[in-house]
Amino acid sequence: MLDFWDRLTINQKLAVTAWLFLAVPVVFYVTIRFYPTFEAFYVSTLKWNLLGAKKAYGFKNYIKIFEDADFWLVLWNTVKYALFGVPISMVIAFFIAYWLNEISFGHDWIRAMYFIPFLTTAVAMAWVWRWFYQPMPIGHFTIMLSWIGIPQQPFLKSVEQALYAIMAPAIWAGLGFQIVIFIAGIRAIPRSYFEAAEIDGAGRWQILREITLPALKPTIIFLTVVSTIGFLRIFDQVYTMSADSAGGPLNSTKPLVLMIYEYAFDEFKLGRASALTVILFLILLVVSLVQLWLMRKKS
Amino acid sequence: MTDHSATMDRLERIRPLKVMIWTLLFLGGVVMITPIIFMASTSFKVGQEVYELSLIPQEPTLENYLFILEESKFMRWMLNSLWVATFSTASVLFFDSLVGYTLAKFEFRGRQIVFIAILSTLMIPTEMLIIPWYMMSRSFGWIDTYWGIAFPGLMTGFGTFLMRQFFMGLPDELIDAARIDGWSEFAIWWRIAMPLVVPALSALAIFHFLGNWTAFIWPLIVTNDPDIYTIPVGIASFNGEFQMDWEIVMTASCLATLPTLLVFLLLQKFIIRGIMLAGLKG
Repeated sequence: MLDFWDRLTINQKLAVTAWLFLAVPVVFYVTIRFYPTFEAFYVSTLKWNLLGAKKAYGFKNYIKIFEDADFWLVLWNTVKYALFGVPISMVIAFFIAYWLNEISFGHDWIRAMYFIPFLTTAVAMAWVWRWFYQPMPIGHFTIMLSWIGIPQQPFLKSVEQALYAIMAPAIWAGLGFQIVIFIAGIRAIPRSYFEAAEIDGAGRWQILREITLPALKPTIIFLTVVSTIGFLRIFDQVYTMSADSAGGPLNSTKPLVLMIYEYAFDEFKLGRASALTVILFLILLVVSLVQLWLMRKKS
Repeated sequence: MTDHSATMDRLERIRPLKVMIWTLLFLGGVVMITPIIFMASTSFKVGQEVYELSLIPQEPTLENYLFILEESKFMRWMLNSLWVATFSTASVLFFDSLVGYTLAKFEFRGRQIVFIAILSTLMIPTEMLIIPWYMMSRSFGWIDTYWGIAFPGLMTGFGTFLMRQFFMGLPDELIDAARIDGWSEFAIWWRIAMPLVVPALSALAIFHFLGNWTAFIWPLIVTNDPDIYTIPVGIASFNGEFQMDWEIVMTASCLATLPTLLVFLLLQKFIIRGIMLAGLKG
């Protein structure tokens, strides 16, 4: 064995060392990442309830999903979380970051106040938010609304409002991360850009529109994709906050991941659930590819 | 004279616009932490006072905390979460940086394929793997074990990519010099390269630990035994048990939030820098 080692060239020795270092990780990635990925595709072509026999089902799971009105409702809910959640959170985060960057007095502490929600556990905070949304005499929101003369709102119990009531804490919790990334992006812009613009007599607004925002394009693309993927995968908040049953009332708040969870672990329709995960995978893949395309277009 | 003009200068810089921006930002910040403040203040209240909007309890009490610690398995969940998150973070720090280093600093056939393969795992959402992981856990008896909660996250594509980026920035001469001095490859990585990327390692550690601490869907699926629950799964299980005892639920939520909050307040500058670092490179 040692003899063999001695006969290797330096480069061969390095290659052997590299593969030795990679041995355990390769086993991990093959068994815990790649094999399960293929298995998900495979199970999506089965009719299987975990305990019984596996039955080949072809594309029937997918066909049944596309024929199911609930699926389209759930897909629309999922899209709504991203469609509203992403722009709202990004705009708020940008302006806070932009202004935060201009102040120095107490900068760290004010930034901390915005960042702290990012450190909370969604499940724990869900209780606090549920409490705020309670009807009169308990819920803080209803009490505060009554001070300015707005009548009691049903919030989590309403088919129209519940989705947005659940989206709010998700935005709240993610804002701190977006702000910190925005600040990092703004600070990475060379100061000379701003100085040159000031010498040319550009106003605040003009500098923001013509220098800051274009220079932040990579940051904006990165954050848009990360938060879009985050909102499309929303689960914790919905599972713990929705009224009546998970995803309620009347499925009005149910996102894809919750539907997957219910099919797989309440009803044990593993084939149908796997097919849904494949659909989720394809949606997220499209989002990532759009990001790559946008990034490339820049350079 | 110079002192005077310096003061005038500073006064002049405090423009009304800045004061307004500062005030607005401060008020916004207060709104952001209001839910947490209410949660904390309620955890010290009992009886009718729970339903009042007052921030400072009239008679602060630790009753709720004692109740939680005695009547629920909260301490147990806390230790479970701590153990799983620590174990998982240690594994990620070790393996992600080992793989990142190997991909950055070794020339060998297949390197590009391994790199692309690991990078491609970033495209696979956890949700897609959950069902196969569950089947795996059932056949190997990993349900209701710490290993079962931790195994999917022992290495990450994100961490590997991040660490590779940082190791690529290290000069090759450093490694060659150590080789000439007769250091083993493992020692070069562990004793020379690793200390030079501590900022990246801490960013990765913070991200991964926090992710594990708050992780919900996988622990929810892989545990049935309340003795093995992590904190989020435990708190979600309150749903049936302490349904409308808001002060109890607030206390539990407070206990769940406290550790991360304390760590953050102690290491604020460090953590923010880490997140900026990971966000920009990642």
